[in-house]
Amino acid sequence: MIQLEHVLVVAALLFSIGLFIALSRRNAIGILMGIELMLNSINLNLIGFARFVDSPRPIDGQVFAVFVITIAAAEAAVALALAVSIYRLRQSVDVDKLTLLKW
Amino acid sequence: MDDTAVVVAFYVLAAITLISALMVAVVRDLIHAVLFLILSFIGVAGLYITLSADFVAVVQVLIYAGAISVLMIFAVLLTPRSDRDNAAVSYAAPLSVLAGLLGAVIIFVGLDTDWRQVEGDRFGQTAAEIGQALLDPYALPFEVASIVLVVAMIGAIILVRPGNEEEA
Repeated sequence: MIQLEHVLVVAALLFSIGLFIALSRRNAIGILMGIELMLNSINLNLIGFARFVDSPRPIDGQVFAVFVITIAAAEAAVALALAVSIYRLRQSVDVDKLTLLKW
Repeated sequence: MDDTAVVVAFYVLAAITLISALMVAVVRDLIHAVLFLILSFIGVAGLYITLSADFVAVVQVLIYAGAISVLMIFAVLLTPRSDRDNAAVSYAAPLSVLAGLLGAVIIFVGLDTDWRQVEGDRFGQTAAEIGQALLDPYALPFEVASIVLVVAMIGAIILVRPGNEEEA
């Protein structure tokens, strides 16, 4: 029998890996990969809670997960369009070199 | 499904997900990182199935493993002269310590809290239930999500449209 704690541990490890990737990459697309992993771990938590935790309408967790996936898709489309647009201007997507707004 | 089979499937899928997520962190080529990311997404979709969320699992495969990863591969291929090197990281050691500590805190809180669990499998076919929930209590967020998607699509098209180069 799967317990809620197993899901929470897997999601926490996935979130840590995603956080490490999002903070340490210098390539903007790599950062986006880390963010997507973090969103996945949060969805995993929502699904786990919907499955195991007492609530008046248990399907809510899955509906929230669907909304999170929707917003993640919109966010990925805009972020990758930004990366391609920045690459056209600077020939690079290295976030350490993006100092356009810095004096 | 048999109970032990579900548990074994859960552990195997969790191992696939976490190992491919780690490979995203350590692999050197960005394209390989995207491929391991797709494997991780599919592992998460399998985990959803073991948690009796079949509709969300299908949505995960369609949107994450299908759409978002194709977008990422295109973005990697459209930025060829930038560092394809996925190993270009800054502050790797302190950040791994930070991420590990945060993960340990989340695991501790998750294991220490009383979550008021209930026994038994509560979901049959979830697609119909999700559809009804989207149209009755969540009708307004549903419509707002469609507006967000349209705005994001128009924004992405305008951002990558040719003719934006001379602004800088």
